[in-house]
Amino acid sequence: MTTLKSLIQRYQLGSLLLLVLLLAVVLPLTLDIFRLNLVGKYLTYAFVAVGLVMVWGYGGVLSLGQGVFFGLGGYAMAMFLKLEASDPESTKIQSTPGIPDFMDWNQITELPALWLPFKSLPLTLILVIAVPVALAWLISFAMFKRRVGGVYFAIITQAVALILTVLIIGQQGYTGGVNGMTDLKTLLGWDTRTDSAKYILYYACVVLLVASIVLCRWIQTSKLGTLLLAMRDKEDRVRFSGYDVSNFKVFTFCLAAGLSGIGGALFTLQVGFMSPSFVGIVPSIEMVIFAAVGGRMSLVGAVYGALLVNAGKTLFSESFPDLWLFLMAGLFIGVTMAFPMGLAGLWESRIVPWWKGRREALRRAAVQPPPAAMPPASAVERPEDIGGQHLNPEPARP
Amino acid sequence: MSNTDFALAVEDLTVSFDGFKAIDALTLYIDRNELRVIIGPNGAGKTTLLDLICGKTRASAGSIKFKNTELTRMAEHKRVRLGIGRKFQTPSIYENLSVFQNLEVSYPSGRSVFGALAFKCTDEVKARVQVVAEDIGLADRLGTEAGLLSHGQKQWLEIGMLLMQEPELLMLDEPIAGMSARERELTAELLKRICQNRAVIVIEHDMDFVKQIAHKVTVMHQGKILAEGPMDKVQADPRVIDVYLGH
Repeated sequence: MTTLKSLIQRYQLGSLLLLVLLLAVVLPLTLDIFRLNLVGKYLTYAFVAVGLVMVWGYGGVLSLGQGVFFGLGGYAMAMFLKLEASDPESTKIQSTPGIPDFMDWNQITELPALWLPFKSLPLTLILVIAVPVALAWLISFAMFKRRVGGVYFAIITQAVALILTVLIIGQQGYTGGVNGMTDLKTLLGWDTRTDSAKYILYYACVVLLVASIVLCRWIQTSKLGTLLLAMRDKEDRVRFSGYDVSNFKVFTFCLAAGLSGIGGALFTLQVGFMSPSFVGIVPSIEMVIFAAVGGRMSLVGAVYGALLVNAGKTLFSESFPDLWLFLMAGLFIGVTMAFPMGLAGLWESRIVPWWKGRREALRRAAVQPPPAAMPPASAVERPEDIGGQHLNPEPARP
Repeated sequence: MSNTDFALAVEDLTVSFDGFKAIDALTLYIDRNELRVIIGPNGAGKTTLLDLICGKTRASAGSIKFKNTELTRMAEHKRVRLGIGRKFQTPSIYENLSVFQNLEVSYPSGRSVFGALAFKCTDEVKARVQVVAEDIGLADRLGTEAGLLSHGQKQWLEIGMLLMQEPELLMLDEPIAGMSARERELTAELLKRICQNRAVIVIEHDMDFVKQIAHKVTVMHQGKILAEGPMDKVQADPRVIDVYLGH
């Protein structure tokens, strides 16, 4: 069993390495900084998609409100950057210098108490994760303890997304309203708009994303991961085996929220602004589509899903802006109907067996002629590939 | 309610669904080391009784005491931790996990979130899985995906998952439903083995099987106990013949 387990891990490390190679070497070498910055923006959504793999793929709980946590993380970062951009020197034409411009426009004369923690960077970095996690805990604890799940949970998370959007837009003086927080320039005096800063932020994003995937992979291979799969299959059996099922769901939901918060903060840093359009219902559903297209059981697949769908979005919405939403809907319906396990599932069920069949055929062909043509046996029959293919958790649709 | 020497003491237990009393002022005592079979016609409240004991259904009134601890208001997982194991009527196993994983997940440690994160499959766990797997006759199927097992093997696996927790009270709801004659024999032997050092409650319809395993039989009818005692005595009871066994 331990050998099998280590084989699975090794297999997934292979695909992770490939992803690292693509993100850290291939893309930076082939794309100009404008496009690479776009990829960096897409990768911030990948944090949400990775979280969704945990909570939806493994936990079996569909959340249609991940934009809330992405937004909270993003806003937390934006508030820090906005305060730094609003020093008394550059805001001296305002009636109250030293506060963000939108506050001044809304006749606010003093920095609200809500904003005070965001004067400190360490505190901000903590809040980037803590605020989404706290809200996720509140929602999920209330829901899961009462055994609300499935479609009801999805609807409630969607309602939360709507509520937060309305709140942000309504409280213009505190949040910047529908425009969001713009003109974010520096982080502790470091100009984040230069090309070199964009490279650094891109790499920071890649490193944190890979770290998140490794963390989630570790959780998946722990007993908690097995329990999540067991709960998705037979929740009552887990409950009557002595587990408090709701705690595990709460943990997973909070984990996904924390990851989304990190993604949101990196979004703000790389894109230079944050607005309610990344919080509401549509972005939240888009994030689910990233995970669905990539494969809701595959952490690495979710990253590809986020990259491909967003690249498609940029491509199509540049040419056919009106059609994009329909294309997106078609993509979601098509993927869930034809390949419920997304691209990663397609890879596992079609491409890997096809490739193995090819190799097997080649090996046979090589064995038939004189022995001199025989390739080294070890290079051909690597049992871990079989193990990896077999044991990659690929359960039926919940 | 006074404390007793019994493993399980159910007193005046009542549950009503919209006025219909599925269990009606029922009193039942189960000894330690006893294997009790509950029989009765459909709708007598047998499964509901097990649901009440394990917490799947909340009691309307009355008391359930396990080792003199009151259970009626306790959360399900806490009752399990006290030592109550429940097997459901249809095999309830994790189809996508291997037989080994099914048993491993049932091992009673690492039951909190962070406990589960830190849980290691030690040699002790592996040894325990091996022992249980041999007991339920699945030692050579540990790597098999549980969904691929035969119906009878699934039933055994679920019993094995309960044995992993070494419960002091084991409740089995129709464990031989859908089993072949040979599988029934093996299950009877298994039940006789596992009722050592624990109380076992079995719901069953198959009278030959009941005769084979039961220490004592309880007959339920319309949420109440109709008769209780050794199998031959119960079988001769005219009321039992009337409502259940038939003439």
